[in-house]
Amino acid sequence: MSTVDYYIEQLNTIQAAKQDSPLAPVRKSALDTFTNMGFPTSRNEEWKYTRIGSIFKKEFRLQNEDITSFNQSSIDAVRLPGHENANELVFVNGRYSEEFSKIISEEIVVTSLEAAASGEYADIVNTHFNSSSKYLKDGINALNAAYAQGVFIYVPKAKAVANPVYIYNIVDAVADAVCALPRCLVYVSEAAEVSFVETYATLGASESITNQVTEIVVAENANVSYCKIQNDNSNASQVSTTHIHQVGKSYAETVTISLDGGIVRNNLNIVMGAAHSEAHMYGLYFQNGESHIDNHTIVDNVMPHCQSNELYKGILNDRSTGVFNGRIYVRQDAQKTNAFQSNKNILLGENATVNTQPQLEIFADDVKCSHGCTVGSLDEEGIFYLQSRGIPKEVAMSLLLQGFALDILEKIKIEHIRTYVQELIAARLTTQI
Amino acid sequence: MLRIENLQAGIEEKQILKGINLDIKPGEVHAIMGPNGSGKSTLASVLAGRQDYEVTGGSVTFEGKDLLELSPEERAGEGVFLSFQYPVEIPGLSTTNFIKTAVNEVRKYRGQEQLDAVSFLKLMKEKMVLMEMDQAMLSRSLNEGFSGGEKKRNEIFQMAMLQPKLAILDETDSGLDIDAIRIVANGVNKLRNENNAVLVITHYQRLLDYLVPDFVHVLYKGRIVKSGTKELALELEKKGYDFIKNEIGVEEDV
Repeated sequence: MSTVDYYIEQLNTIQAAKQDSPLAPVRKSALDTFTNMGFPTSRNEEWKYTRIGSIFKKEFRLQNEDITSFNQSSIDAVRLPGHENANELVFVNGRYSEEFSKIISEEIVVTSLEAAASGEYADIVNTHFNSSSKYLKDGINALNAAYAQGVFIYVPKAKAVANPVYIYNIVDAVADAVCALPRCLVYVSEAAEVSFVETYATLGASESITNQVTEIVVAENANVSYCKIQNDNSNASQVSTTHIHQVGKSYAETVTISLDGGIVRNNLNIVMGAAHSEAHMYGLYFQNGESHIDNHTIVDNVMPHCQSNELYKGILNDRSTGVFNGRIYVRQDAQKTNAFQSNKNILLGENATVNTQPQLEIFADDVKCSHGCTVGSLDEEGIFYLQSRGIPKEVAMSLLLQGFALDILEKIKIEHIRTYVQELIAARLTTQI
Repeated sequence: MLRIENLQAGIEEKQILKGINLDIKPGEVHAIMGPNGSGKSTLASVLAGRQDYEVTGGSVTFEGKDLLELSPEERAGEGVFLSFQYPVEIPGLSTTNFIKTAVNEVRKYRGQEQLDAVSFLKLMKEKMVLMEMDQAMLSRSLNEGFSGGEKKRNEIFQMAMLQPKLAILDETDSGLDIDAIRIVANGVNKLRNENNAVLVITHYQRLLDYLVPDFVHVLYKGRIVKSGTKELALELEKKGYDFIKNEIGVEEDV
């Protein structure tokens, strides 16, 4: 029995218990897609450099029951700085844990997707749930949708949520290897404002794979900021999909920080579905050992007068590998689009590699689009300059790399988190360069 | 202070310095002049420890120590300072942070205590006035977007902060207008005392109007072919480098 069949069997069991759910048809159809496509191979252009199939050769357990025997101290250990004043959503093995979560902003609604799909948010769920699958037509995205046990987060009209929302994706791999499939649908209503910080932690020494999908809908005049911090152990791989759909003229900003992990693949999609929308996408990856980071981004300019700006920077040490693939669509109606994209890489390790590929598909004629990528080593002349002022070589390299990372780190708006990430990077620079 | 004996060095098999001899004592200002390609910047680079150059013979002794055995940062710690011909732009590293790190690393090397924030700021304010620098410049990324004059002023500002025993000024005047040259030269003059020395490397005489040398050496094809006092610089300016070539009858390489 191939592992695809193994996962189908597990998903069938899970789905059988929820036949009456309003989400059942979407889950069923996703399972069909997964059954047809299986896991992507390197023949799939979008997965050419990230051999996710090799991870799924293993039979990971899907969590079929609610988590009951989980230790509060395990969660405390992974909490991010500033959590005292944050809303905290905890997923364990892909399932939302109400018990360990904490909502302090009364204005936001957090409910199960299941409940949202049958209550007052049914229209929103029906319209937007699983819209990422239009852009990510593969078995990985379908695997998550076929499971889909997640939550719905609703930010009501004109509410500026002062306290950020921290999301913890925890995998309990103490006893066995686990595949977690967390799912969120977020609706940010008209003129609302909210910021998210998301992180991942695997407990135990077994392998884990987190295949996550977060879909965020941003309405007119709303403002959403989303920061992802990936710093898990080397046995923990993940595919992390963030799909942002700007349905009204709005502002979206993402910062993706990727430090440790096994194979890490990020899909970030921004669909600019309303004129005069603005989106900023920043990323910093700093890899060691044999880790692998793949950032696939899509900006889809559907409507005119939108502005997007994308800057991803990477430092690759040892034998680590990096992939950047930035796709920008400018549809026929999207005149006056302003889209910028840049990817800059520093290879520290002689055996480190990076594949960077911009892909622009432009169907409108009055647009400004630019893209650029660089791959190089650390500036020798810069190192010598600092050395000639009495600064030891290792310190000089560290200062240069911190300077390289700075313009991404500055984009992290929440001060606690910015300081936290800066410290993680500084620590890595002093111990591992 | 600095003794260079029969120094030979090159880059990628190409011999550039073919036996340099130079002796610099505390309190002295030496100028090295010479046409393009004579090896002036190579000499500066070798003294500061730039890796691209390979020393193939001779010796350099700085206050009794074998300078060539030391790493660039150790040389800085010993008190050698190179003002770069092309100061490097470092994005994301503020000038203040850079200088603070440099000052404290040098102090560490010399076995001195780290400067606390207050003492550091006091020292910095003092030297800023000297070099006519403003605070805004120091908050910016090191040399990034600086004009030619600002970069060179920043170099001498660093020199003022690090208080070296030997300052090597590599074509500090290149690309500067006369006002900028005056500011830079005045800065260096104010830093001079009987315990330190300056080695000025320049193509033109004009910097030497403000920074008056005790000795002038003419470097040509990797050798010092003539040494004299400041009048030699004036003579070179008037007659051009051809007069040297004719006078010493150096054979032209083919």
